[in-house]
Amino acid sequence: MQFPGQHDGAKVIKRNPRGYTMGQQHDAYFVPAKSYWPFVAAVVMFTTVFGAAHWLNAEPGESGFGKTVLTVGVIGVLAMFFGWFRSVIHESMGGNYNHQVDTSFRMGMMWFIFSEVMFFGAFFGALFYIRMFSVPWLGGHGHGTLTHQFLWSDYAASWGASAGNGPEHIGGAFSTVPAWGLPLLNTLILLTSSVTVTIAHHALRAGHRGKILLFLGLTVLLGATFLYFQAHEYMEAYKELNLTLHSGVYGSTFFLLTGFHGLHVTLGTIMLAVIWLRVLKGHFNKEHHFGFEAVAWYWHFVDVVWLGLFMFVYIL
Amino acid sequence: MSYAATHDQHDDHHGAPKGFFQRWCMSTNHKDIGTLYLVFALTMFFIGGSFAMLIRAELFKPGLQLMEPYFFNQLTTMHALVMIFGAIMPAFVGLGNWMIPLMVGAPDMALPRMNNLSFWILPFAFILLLSTLFLPGGGPSGGWTMYPPLSLQSDSLAYVVFAIHLMGISSIMGAINIIATILNMRAPGMDLLKMPVFVWSWLITAFLLIAVMPVLAGAVTMLLTDKYFGTNFFNPGGGGDPVLYQHIFWFFGHPEVYIMILPAFGIISEIVPTFARKPIFGYKAMVFAIACIAFLSFIVWAHHMFAVGLPLGAEIFFMYATMLISVPTGVKVFNWVATMWGGSMTFETPMLFAIAFIILFTIGGFSGLMLALVPADFQYHDTYFVVAHFHYVLVTGALFAIIGAAYYWLPKWTGNMYSEFWGKVHFWNSVIWVNVLFFPQHFLGLAGMPRRIPDYNVAFANFNMISSIGGFLFGATQLIFIGVLIHCVFFSKKKATDRVWEGAKGLEWTVPSPAPHHTFEVPPVIHDDELAHGHVND
Repeated sequence: MQFPGQHDGAKVIKRNPRGYTMGQQHDAYFVPAKSYWPFVAAVVMFTTVFGAAHWLNAEPGESGFGKTVLTVGVIGVLAMFFGWFRSVIHESMGGNYNHQVDTSFRMGMMWFIFSEVMFFGAFFGALFYIRMFSVPWLGGHGHGTLTHQFLWSDYAASWGASAGNGPEHIGGAFSTVPAWGLPLLNTLILLTSSVTVTIAHHALRAGHRGKILLFLGLTVLLGATFLYFQAHEYMEAYKELNLTLHSGVYGSTFFLLTGFHGLHVTLGTIMLAVIWLRVLKGHFNKEHHFGFEAVAWYWHFVDVVWLGLFMFVYIL
Repeated sequence: MSYAATHDQHDDHHGAPKGFFQRWCMSTNHKDIGTLYLVFALTMFFIGGSFAMLIRAELFKPGLQLMEPYFFNQLTTMHALVMIFGAIMPAFVGLGNWMIPLMVGAPDMALPRMNNLSFWILPFAFILLLSTLFLPGGGPSGGWTMYPPLSLQSDSLAYVVFAIHLMGISSIMGAINIIATILNMRAPGMDLLKMPVFVWSWLITAFLLIAVMPVLAGAVTMLLTDKYFGTNFFNPGGGGDPVLYQHIFWFFGHPEVYIMILPAFGIISEIVPTFARKPIFGYKAMVFAIACIAFLSFIVWAHHMFAVGLPLGAEIFFMYATMLISVPTGVKVFNWVATMWGGSMTFETPMLFAIAFIILFTIGGFSGLMLALVPADFQYHDTYFVVAHFHYVLVTGALFAIIGAAYYWLPKWTGNMYSEFWGKVHFWNSVIWVNVLFFPQHFLGLAGMPRRIPDYNVAFANFNMISSIGGFLFGATQLIFIGVLIHCVFFSKKKATDRVWEGAKGLEWTVPSPAPHHTFEVPPVIHDDELAHGHVND
């Protein structure tokens, strides 16, 4: 289609190689310059999932192609993130982003976190449904009497070690991870990390660079420690408790909920580390540090999700 | 690297960039990206439509004529996935992209690069989805709802799940962009309650998208892990439940239904006042009705599952909650009618499609009300009555609104008037054949013909043949639409004025036709008189 570029009226436009600011008022609109990163992003995302799907469907012994494509895709995604964020950081450092752009970024991050909340909501919803309805029904409660009688009349429904893997005891007998060991420690670690990141934020607003680096660095270490303990817990579950992904629906919910949370902690820790490096390079000042705040919001979000996990996966 | 690269791209913002890749693949322009979305949606509409033609050809008479039942199942599944995620949703996003910044006086979307990514994910996602048709084992065949355990038998599940993940990412980013644009980029004086209803409908739709697309992502992820990683979410032997999938899916699925109709409500609320030359009746009620419908959409999901064996209390709750939706929907229908009442109406093509929408969508609404009744639904469930119902709301509802919107805004986009004669030919053929296509399906359903089958009892032969004839002619009619579009964009000699329609009000009609590559580079000074809803609070 043809959309002849016309321009209504002569306006004085401030040209800028990294985008342009429209008009000359202080708070004028900013529209970023063209960029190939979005297109690259679409290509590498496609490469990643195409490789993954091919790998999942491959016959045993011929998974090489899918794996290679997947690896290329993942490397591409990482490179894309690096390149795209690099250009955004350059633009931000160049002072292109006005108050309105800042607000757009804030809204973007807030709604992204809301979408993440809903993603975890699907898995929490599954957990609640399974515990409140499907497992009791299989045990003959309420609505499930006939299924129970005809299919699995010897199944006594309960959650956790004795019957959490369903009437067919899929995956065999297993034990659960005790809440008051490592999970409690991990809870304390994440709560502490939320405090340290907040102290770092206050230090940033007060302009104390040494203090930011110290407390943000602590936050990164706490995140890494959490992940170490989580990995330890998984190994223990597999080796000693016989709690695996195959342990019926208990294993499914346990590993998918904690696993997706762990992935988010991993991502959050990487983002915090990047922010630490950016603080070291002096990218932020007292007023302009949305990158820091976005990551801090994200970190609080994974913290809150963990509290839900600790309550509903480990304690109850 | 990008820093150096952007240095070279002195974006001459007085016009569109020259290079094809630069203009279309690297765009940060809401109009170009809107055009990409619309062209993509049109392409998908014809791909999904060709599946529908094959389905109707197979159903032309009883017995297996053209294809194996397994391929038929792939066609019904693919038809739905392509039409929902490839045609209807991207078309609305394209319209939103084009019109929302123009309507609220913004220079562009709030996050223009993310906007470009939202679009470019889609072609790749559909390459992934459509490629499954050519892979060993074929495409997905368990229906677009992908209920386990049936969907778990499909070899293509991983491809479909990842394609849906990509579409979800695209939709969420698009929705975030629209919310940020509406909340953050409005020109001074464009108060929330002065915005066009179309903008309101998109604001609420975007909220629904962000709320439910991640839930779908979660549901299909569980399918993926159940098939490939040995989890037991949907396996009763392991303590799971296939019905759990249906709950999670329809918690997404029902708001999704409204994602596909609320922007249509917005479009109709723009077109009807323009051609009735009257402000919309009950502006605030229209806005609140959309919000009400959106809220209710979260608490009605299990009405898709009445026949699955729910506890009685749940059936009664979901029945009444569903019937409540007819209240705000009724408000909208009555307000459109009241807007036309006493207006000095003309019947250009967009208005014809809008009026057809009001009548035919209402038929779809009423059949929905019938389906909401639990005892009746046990008879209607999974029959052609359901097929007729949702095609009335999606084809004569969502699609007619999209086509109406295309006619309505095409002169603003291209600067040319489309051919009114051929537009009307397109309209009358569409409206007649779509009813020949779908109305008999009500009778088939009530008589007990199940959906998603390639063969049927000879008792259903006549209505199926009528329906297929209507289907072929409705499909052929859409070729007229292509002709009208090509003529309007490339050949039409009749130039559009800035206002285009005599009764049109709102900021989008204050910019030249065609809309320049960049508009509202400085915030416009807004006079309430030129807005459609400038005096709501007077």
